[in-house]
Amino acid sequence: MAEQLAKRPINVPLMSNLAAAGEEPEILFWVGCAGAFDDRYKRVTRAFVQILEHVGVKYAVLGMEETCTGDPAKRAGNEFLFQMQAMQNITTFEGYGIKKIVTACPHCFNTIKNEYPALGGNYEVIHHSTFLQQLINEGRVGVSGGGEFKGQRITFHDSCYLGRSNNIYEAPRDVLATLDADLVEMKRSKANGLCCGAGGAQMWKEPEPGKKDINVERTEEALATLDGNAAALANLNGVESGNAGATPSARTDQRGIIAVSCPFCMTMMSDGVKNKERESSVQVFDIAELIATAEGLNA
Amino acid sequence: MHFSIQNLLFLLVAIAGFGLFVWQARKVRANILVGRDRDMSGNVSERLNKTLLVAFGQQKMFKRITPALLHMVVYVGFLVINIEVIEIMIDGIFGTHRALSFLGPVYDVLMATNEILGALVIIAVAAFWWRRNSKPPVKRFTGPELRAWPKLDANVILYIEVILMAALFTMNTADLKLHQLEGVDLPGTFPISSLLTGLFPDSVTALHALERVGWWAHIVGILCFLNYLPSSKHFHIILAFPNVWYSRLVPQGQFSNVDSITHEVKAMMDPTYVVPAPATNPDGSAMAPTPFGAKDVDDLAWTNLLNAYSCTECGRCTSVCPANLTGKLLSPRKIIMDTRDRVEEKYNSPLIFQPNLYGAEAKHAEQEVLDKENHTLLRGYVTPEELWACTTCNACVEACPVNINPLESIIEMRRFLVLEESAAPNSLNVMFSNIENNGAPWAFSPSDRFNWADDLYVTEKETGVRS
Repeated sequence: MAEQLAKRPINVPLMSNLAAAGEEPEILFWVGCAGAFDDRYKRVTRAFVQILEHVGVKYAVLGMEETCTGDPAKRAGNEFLFQMQAMQNITTFEGYGIKKIVTACPHCFNTIKNEYPALGGNYEVIHHSTFLQQLINEGRVGVSGGGEFKGQRITFHDSCYLGRSNNIYEAPRDVLATLDADLVEMKRSKANGLCCGAGGAQMWKEPEPGKKDINVERTEEALATLDGNAAALANLNGVESGNAGATPSARTDQRGIIAVSCPFCMTMMSDGVKNKERESSVQVFDIAELIATAEGLNA
Repeated sequence: MHFSIQNLLFLLVAIAGFGLFVWQARKVRANILVGRDRDMSGNVSERLNKTLLVAFGQQKMFKRITPALLHMVVYVGFLVINIEVIEIMIDGIFGTHRALSFLGPVYDVLMATNEILGALVIIAVAAFWWRRNSKPPVKRFTGPELRAWPKLDANVILYIEVILMAALFTMNTADLKLHQLEGVDLPGTFPISSLLTGLFPDSVTALHALERVGWWAHIVGILCFLNYLPSSKHFHIILAFPNVWYSRLVPQGQFSNVDSITHEVKAMMDPTYVVPAPATNPDGSAMAPTPFGAKDVDDLAWTNLLNAYSCTECGRCTSVCPANLTGKLLSPRKIIMDTRDRVEEKYNSPLIFQPNLYGAEAKHAEQEVLDKENHTLLRGYVTPEELWACTTCNACVEACPVNINPLESIIEMRRFLVLEESAAPNSLNVMFSNIENNGAPWAFSPSDRFNWADDLYVTEKETGVRS
């Protein structure tokens, strides 16, 4: 008499089709370039769509009408290219009468929310961590009790463009809290979080000469935190005594998850884990993937 | 009250001291105002709130508790002991002795507080000195930008503070002992000086001289210190307040949009768009076009220059900078220090002027593009290598106890490199052309943008279906 699991195919609704049918979505899901092209982050996009489908939010995507927000151009100093991109996107948004945008990319989120208004684009922009938090508060997801993640050790890496840039620290943590996992904080977290190294258009260039790559420094901190390795934590460069944070208890199984909420953090932390040769024990997941998996939506 | 030649001398010294300071302050103001206009008016209640919390309340200092407490002692000492300076001024001008003693018990509390704070200041200053001069010092008090002058400056400030406190105790102790010898009560309570009277001579003449030496040393010391400020990082004791007042109030992730580019882009997208006429000089002639971004200090906003004068070179920014932590050349503190050095080199210099000029000994010498002929902030002081190392993570902005924003200056200089010189690293030029051609920073075809949605499903419980 058990309930049967069934795979329901998803036909992702395009904004152009909705508009042709005279319909209006509740939200526009802005996928972003990484979400559309990066093989690893495509899985996050798909997980987030599974959640949207599961809860029955009326959403749409722009599909091929989407184009770069201009964030990397702007951070690299190419204001002209940024504004060209921004104007093009604003024209698209205005054409469809978009009011509410949800995105899984903190960079797209920051740019559309903060930098488009001066160019004439005013929208309610929500990062997927906040959106998931709202769904959880409404009791629409996060009811699984954590599934396979229950009791697992997870540390959350703050994205600069979500955290310091926009003061969103609690939403992703609230999402993770529904997993009933063993959440541990890195010493450099929230407002003191250390960048993954990809912001400011670093994603598209080699780092300048130095002693170490930033993502390696950050991954070392994440791994030491997951392992409860106090000695390794003490060895990190920038952790001063003033940045309070308890060292989690040491463990022997040394398995764990680094949770992220940004496509670039995802790339940098995954590369860092590979660099430290810990892929077999430590995985990097976006918070949307964790929720979708815990709820069994991609089983 | 006995007006004497001493009072006249004091009056002259005070007028000279304050006059010199006003003269210097006006030069600093002129330097700051060479920056580009930026409207920072309005939002009074929010600005007031920020100033009370961050500047007066030292909110951001308390991210690091040890230096925060030490600094709090010196800061409160500075505020409270200055009440005694008011008395010194009154006594000096009118020939009175301890003019505020009519306050009675309040005066007792005031003097006792001063003495205890004075002693605590000496202890805190000793701790500060140790943090900077022990081997090894606290890490953020090192770095290529902390060269001879900034290091000396930091110590000079500490020495002056000790001298000022020593002068205060000399004055109080001698005064106290004089009154004891005369069998008269000295108004006020002096918990520290009363412990020191045994160390002082029993001669009335000597005590009288010591009291005068202490008095003069304290007030002349303060006037000298005041006039040292415009040459020193210690100027933050004044400029931190306006600097916090004029903080950016928008989210830290929000970068400014360049308005002139907005007009161009709008005109390109809409041929009917009328670009506003460029600003003209008062005589109607066209103004020289301003470059995109910043090549030199006068291309930065005046708030960026106020930032530079408000910096006390504490290095909290650099100590949390991911690029600096991993050995890159970028140091946000250096950008700010370079900005002040450059504006003082190009415009008004302070009385003591020792700019950091980086030469062949710079760390990555082969990467340095120190262009002596085109001696501007960009390239003359700050190299492209430093600017390109920034991840725009805002850690430096978050860390600054007085809301200095090194990131804004970095982005302005990047804009100049990209828009005026086309001098971005090649990989970034590739990224730019990908965005232009493919609408994505990577070389993917726009027609593949929706492929992620292929073969997508969601697994759900089939309610109502029973097996």
